[in-house]
Amino acid sequence: MTKLLEWLFGGSVVAAVWALVTFDLLDLSLPQTYREVAWPMPLYLLVSFGCYSLATVGYRVATFNDCDEAAKELQEQIKEAKEDLRKKGLKM
Amino acid sequence: MASRKTSHQKRDNGDKYSVLLPTYNERENLPLIVWLLVKYFGESGYNYEIIVIDDGSPDGTLEVGEQLQKIYGEDKILLRPRAKKLGLGTAYIHGMKHATGNYIFIMDADLSHHTIFLFVRKQKEGNYDLVSGTRYQGNGGVYGWDLRRKLISRGANFLTQVLLRPGASDLTGSFRLYKKKVLESLIERCVSKGYVFQMEMIVRARQLNYTIGEVPISFVDRVYGESKLGGNEIVSFVKGLLTLFATT
Repeated sequence: MTKLLEWLFGGSVVAAVWALVTFDLLDLSLPQTYREVAWPMPLYLLVSFGCYSLATVGYRVATFNDCDEAAKELQEQIKEAKEDLRKKGLKM
Repeated sequence: MASRKTSHQKRDNGDKYSVLLPTYNERENLPLIVWLLVKYFGESGYNYEIIVIDDGSPDGTLEVGEQLQKIYGEDKILLRPRAKKLGLGTAYIHGMKHATGNYIFIMDADLSHHTIFLFVRKQKEGNYDLVSGTRYQGNGGVYGWDLRRKLISRGANFLTQVLLRPGASDLTGSFRLYKKKVLESLIERCVSKGYVFQMEMIVRARQLNYTIGEVPISFVDRVYGESKLGGNEIVSFVKGLLTLFATT
């Protein structure tokens, strides 16, 4: 199953459950409160996911390491490399 | 210092590592990359070879490769040029045909100290089918990126993780160690070009239930100088992502 199908499948299951509860399709005569809670649930989920995404990406951007040490080390290595290669007779 | 004879501990356990280096107009950079590889492989004591696949660079990259071959020996530097630019995937296939190692390194970023050792150790630790470098975990990271670049990188990565759940934290960073057989079976399944190619390799690996180990790397892209991240790159990235989303 492709990821797309997985998402469609998951999405339809959630949508079906939501519709069942919200519109009481099976005539389970659920308490009114259930329906009131279920009705705006998709919006809540969407907003929470959005917040989660923003927070995660924000946190990860803020904690993205700057490898200054590695860059400095590399610059030194490159200097050393050029010298060594010249000594070994490389014509650039 | 860069001589391969100075290795203090020869780890002769039968394993050999082939490094594939596809090049196009890299006459300035190739000697530096090779020098770093020779130095770090020499220090680690692993058995290795470097395979340069030059796609007919007009700047004379191949000629520089020949000089390097004279310096470091034909057993260490193998030149397997092609007549013209034919793409990354086929370059790896071409290089692999000539590889005598049972492990393959693929890299398009600078090598930093201990990287080789960390990859090999990680691979042995879990007998992983492939070990992928990651900029996003542990002490991995990047150098010289501004906020915008970091934001795009992290955002794109988050989106990819949500949509594909690839089982690896860094899909586009390409410093990887593969078992040769694994790379062979992956590469014949991968159809993407350029940027998305490395991503597809990991996604296919997950699909085929290969095990993936990760090693934090510092991504200092001085040598290969990754192209600026413009609108075109973003569009082709999104296209590639959606293709993989729909097909894997």
